[in-house]
Amino acid sequence: MMSTAQLALVHTRYNLLETARVPIAVIGSLVFPTLAFCLFVLPQGVVTQDPEAATAAVASMTVFAFMSAGLFAIGIDLAEQRAKPWVPYMRTLPGKPSVRIGGLILATLVIACLAMVPLLVVGALFTSADPAFSDLLAAVGLVVVTSVPPMLIGVIIGTASGPKAAIAITQVAMFLLAFGGGLFLPPPLFAPWLDAASSVLPIRQAREIVVGAANGQGVPLWAVLGIVAWTAALGALAVWLHRRDEGRRYR
Amino acid sequence: MTALMSTRRLTKTFGDVTALAEVDLDIHAGECVGLLGPNGAGKTTLLTMAQGLRRPTSGHVRLFGGDPLDAASRTALGSTPQATALPEALRVGEVLDFIAAHYPTPAPRDSIVEEFDLGPLVSKQCGSLSGGQQRRVAVALAFVGNPDLVLLDEPTTGLDVNARRTLWDAVRARHAAGCAVVVTSHHLEEIEQLARRVVVIDHGRVRADDTLATIVSSVARRRVTLTGVAPGQVRSLAPDAAVTSDDGVVEAVVEDADSLVRSLVAANLPFSNLEVRGATLEEAFLTLTTEAA
Repeated sequence: MMSTAQLALVHTRYNLLETARVPIAVIGSLVFPTLAFCLFVLPQGVVTQDPEAATAAVASMTVFAFMSAGLFAIGIDLAEQRAKPWVPYMRTLPGKPSVRIGGLILATLVIACLAMVPLLVVGALFTSADPAFSDLLAAVGLVVVTSVPPMLIGVIIGTASGPKAAIAITQVAMFLLAFGGGLFLPPPLFAPWLDAASSVLPIRQAREIVVGAANGQGVPLWAVLGIVAWTAALGALAVWLHRRDEGRRYR
Repeated sequence: MTALMSTRRLTKTFGDVTALAEVDLDIHAGECVGLLGPNGAGKTTLLTMAQGLRRPTSGHVRLFGGDPLDAASRTALGSTPQATALPEALRVGEVLDFIAAHYPTPAPRDSIVEEFDLGPLVSKQCGSLSGGQQRRVAVALAFVGNPDLVLLDEPTTGLDVNARRTLWDAVRARHAAGCAVVVTSHHLEEIEQLARRVVVIDHGRVRADDTLATIVSSVARRRVTLTGVAPGQVRSLAPDAAVTSDDGVVEAVVEDADSLVRSLVAANLPFSNLEVRGATLEEAFLTLTTEAA
């Protein structure tokens, strides 16, 4: 009998296999962050010619790539899966529910990591971003770790809503989190009240951690505490929702 | 002998609808049990609670002595997905391997492929299969984990006669090898092919739990229709019949149609348009239910 972790890896493999058979779905998630970077960041010389600002811009966009992967791939996929009769069948197998969700999260992380590659290449070639190699490695590791809250938000949306509602909720959540988290507009341009509100969001905290690491300025403690608290709270909510979920209900 | 699956006063309500009411049922090793009942009788609700998909409103269900909500209790359980649910992009062989990975001692893939005649399908994507082929894969999946108990919910719905027979043969072979089978259906024929013991469920309650022969004879009814007589006259000739009348046409569902016709003739009643045919299962259930009430 496989352990829960091994079984989660099996789920990851078949998840990626299914995704690879419908490659158009992957191409969207692979290309979108790089495309957004090329269209919105590259034309701004002020940003691309300043090493620190350019590094921050690339770092913000990787945070965005992982966040949108978490929200879209997990939230919408999970809601769609729950509406189909395959998931109730999977739940009758002798595997914990965490195995299926874990497999989905890992597969999503793999796709998000792949999406990060062209973004880093474009950042290295066309901007003056030039982080120390150790800072780059730390930032890449931290972007994966800090993507847990948006993944959990995806799990929560996917477990609590049907497929159509999930699309609407995800789009609103993504816009609010990306803008509020300082991924579209750098936080130094925020009004003080917006900056204060933004600091409470897990995406802003993820951004500060990743940007701080990439620029070699260290990781702000408030952001670490905030994101740990978010992870615990969202994790508890996701588990609770999952326990009371009995599949889709009709009235 | 401990039961593989047992329920005690098992009850499930959805809002103000009672889907299952105080069901006591034991399934033992090696049995082949048919759950028979009309649509909406509560058969599927019973199975979903045994599979750990839903929680009982009250009462309890044990699977291999444990709680079905606990993944470890489901190690020796096999179920089928709805046929249309198979992951379209995966190949049949991949789905078999994927499901097998969940079990400690899965059946060898080759034996499953052979028993369920999946050879030509193994390298095809599930989305390209016909309805009957998908159903065959779906039923085969129940046996991939080498289970001691398999729950089959309407396994051959929508299949043609040949496909049904192939599937029934495969399930019978697995049962002969020692696997207990619970099969739900609203087709008497399917139950007759597979089950030795039959549990009749209607309106969420167990109406009968007996051998196949006993149940078949108790639900085997004939439907007699005729005009020119009053319902009361028919009722007095056949006191155990369920008699209804509509627009002058009197309809009686009876156990022994021959004896009713003989008494009609003997009583010299002016009947006409006499018709006798086998009652459908639904009609037979109606009489069982009225008798119980």
